[in-house]
Amino acid sequence: LADLLERKLIFVTGKGGVGKTTIAAALAWLAAVRGKRTLVCEIDAKGNLADFYETGPIRFEEREIAPRLWAMSMDTEASLKQYLSLQLKMPLVTRMGPLTKMFDFVASAAPGVREIVTVGKLCWEVKEKHYDTIVVDASASGHIVSQLAAPQAINQLVQVGLVRQQTGWMLDILGDPDQTGLLVVATPAEMPVSETLELTTRLHDETNVDLAAVVVNRVLPELFGRGEEEVFEHLDQPEPRSLLAAEVGGPVDTLMKAARLTVTMRRSRTEHLERLREAIDPTIPLLYVPYLFFRSHGLRATHQVADALSAELGY
Amino acid sequence: MPEASPRRAGSIEALLASKEIAIACGSGGVGKTTTAAAIATMAAVRHGGKVLVVTVDPARRLASALGLDGFGNVERQVEPDAFKSAGVRARGELWVAMLDTKQSWDDLVRRHAPDRETAVRILSNPLYQNISGKFVQSHDYIAMERLYELHSEGNFDLIVVDTPPTRNAVDFIEAPRRMADFFSSRLLRLLIAPYRSRMINLAARPFYQVADRVLGSQFLEDIAEFFILFQTMYSGFVERATAVERLLKDRRTTFVVVSTLEAAPVHEAEFFVQVLTAKRFHLGALILNKVLPSYLLDEEAERRAARLCDDSSELAQRDGLAALLETDEEQLARVLAEVGENFRNFAVVARREAAERQELRVRPEVVATVPEFEGDIHDIEGLLRLGEQIWT
Repeated sequence: LADLLERKLIFVTGKGGVGKTTIAAALAWLAAVRGKRTLVCEIDAKGNLADFYETGPIRFEEREIAPRLWAMSMDTEASLKQYLSLQLKMPLVTRMGPLTKMFDFVASAAPGVREIVTVGKLCWEVKEKHYDTIVVDASASGHIVSQLAAPQAINQLVQVGLVRQQTGWMLDILGDPDQTGLLVVATPAEMPVSETLELTTRLHDETNVDLAAVVVNRVLPELFGRGEEEVFEHLDQPEPRSLLAAEVGGPVDTLMKAARLTVTMRRSRTEHLERLREAIDPTIPLLYVPYLFFRSHGLRATHQVADALSAELGY
Repeated sequence: MPEASPRRAGSIEALLASKEIAIACGSGGVGKTTTAAAIATMAAVRHGGKVLVVTVDPARRLASALGLDGFGNVERQVEPDAFKSAGVRARGELWVAMLDTKQSWDDLVRRHAPDRETAVRILSNPLYQNISGKFVQSHDYIAMERLYELHSEGNFDLIVVDTPPTRNAVDFIEAPRRMADFFSSRLLRLLIAPYRSRMINLAARPFYQVADRVLGSQFLEDIAEFFILFQTMYSGFVERATAVERLLKDRRTTFVVVSTLEAAPVHEAEFFVQVLTAKRFHLGALILNKVLPSYLLDEEAERRAARLCDDSSELAQRDGLAALLETDEEQLARVLAEVGENFRNFAVVARREAAERQELRVRPEVVATVPEFEGDIHDIEGLLRLGEQIWT
């Protein structure tokens, strides 16, 4: 289990709304706390990774936001410029006028160009060994496969040229399970579980990237232990309720209702969790992160999720 | 900001009675698909007529309940029996269609290509095959294009559309404009030019040099060939994209923004509402989904919950309570504490939701709240149960 953070490049994905950024932020935090030089990179510039660290805007230039933790936001155009000038030794490029528009245009026209510039930058950081661990808040599960498969797609479409030469070493890094892994985030609900299972199949069929782990986020704690649910059933009856009401100074009906809501919610979620557990390859670690009642976002939530991941990873 | 009045002039019922198209949008995981299906189901049952819901990626059980198993782009009627077993009689018909991006693109090419041969050449171009599946925002555009087509066929009284997951909620409303811009772009002509004539514009030369070294000239030629073929469809395409945009702004079209009361989706919903308003699209309703019950906000009840936690042992020792429940005092104390703790935990979340609602900066005419349901919604009955909550 503990080898998750030994990987150099971890892509974090999941269906929209499952808490992908929370998990990526917490995992990077954990890596940094455990002494690794860590880079956390957000791909879809919604710009809210910064909120998870209570820090100022995160830009393309990496910035150390906490000890050993650097953060960046992917900007395909800036990345292309850096790539062209560093990799291909084309210093002129940075002075080319309307590169933005041209790049946008070519990227819209040529599938995979945008993706390869993104993946290329990350692989390059791995190759140059600038960091021990890179955690990527990657695209949602609907888009991640085309992102990870971009080097292969480019390989097939582009027969010659520098891009073609560049895809080889990227594929080596992406396909090496010691270096690269994908972490899928789900919640115990129908669609997130279904998408996770579909994604694991597509990942295997269309890319050579290894599935590193599945994180189940927002798991409701079990309310009642063994035998206690039966006691609750007896308790939630008119006579005990009114006895209790007399003691605590008012009706307790809504308290019982809330307990019942939790029990049924947890039951339906457990079903989906079981489906996930049964369908997923048993060698893939499943990590559980509890539902956070007190803080749903901000640095405090990031800390709590990092603690939960740490415990799940056996640290 | 003035206090929100609890009574509102409008309702989803009134809204849909006067509209022909309703577009459900919002960030991922908020329940767009289910909400769109629920609205359409209610409209078919209550208003009658022919109602179509176009969905992108429904949950499997819901899809099969609606009869969507294995069917692509074609509209299908939901069996009237499905309503009967849900215990209602529908005045109208409910139809469903799934959006198949690839299929819709192919249809579009066939429609606009000047002749069959060009269509075949485009369809078999490797670049096209990649693009039609992965073209940036191709999902967004094709969803709106398909909506236009369905609407212009005039077979339905109301069309409810579930929008595809986008990186940014406004992407798809701008997709038709972007598509039109793309095909009328000077850059596209620049890109194609050297393959039409050998003359290269001096200003564009550095671009070709870089592009050549990076991508290789063969690939550039492939791109150019593809776009030269695509150019043959140019006028039809731009005209169409403009018409699609016009339809989205039409009075008969309304947008229904769906959100939960969590911080991130609310933020995105607010942003989306602002964009819709600024661009003069019709904002019909805001639906707040999966909201915790309001009894969790009762402070008196919370004090009692605190007593259950703090005094669980004493309470469990009260005369005969444990015996009445056929348990021992220790176990009873645990259950009481758990019941109290649970209420207090969810009260925190409910208060956070209430604060989000208070701070919500946007106030469309219709704001409807859907409670957190205990289980998943996977049949007509469930859709109606949800729909009832927001209808009037």
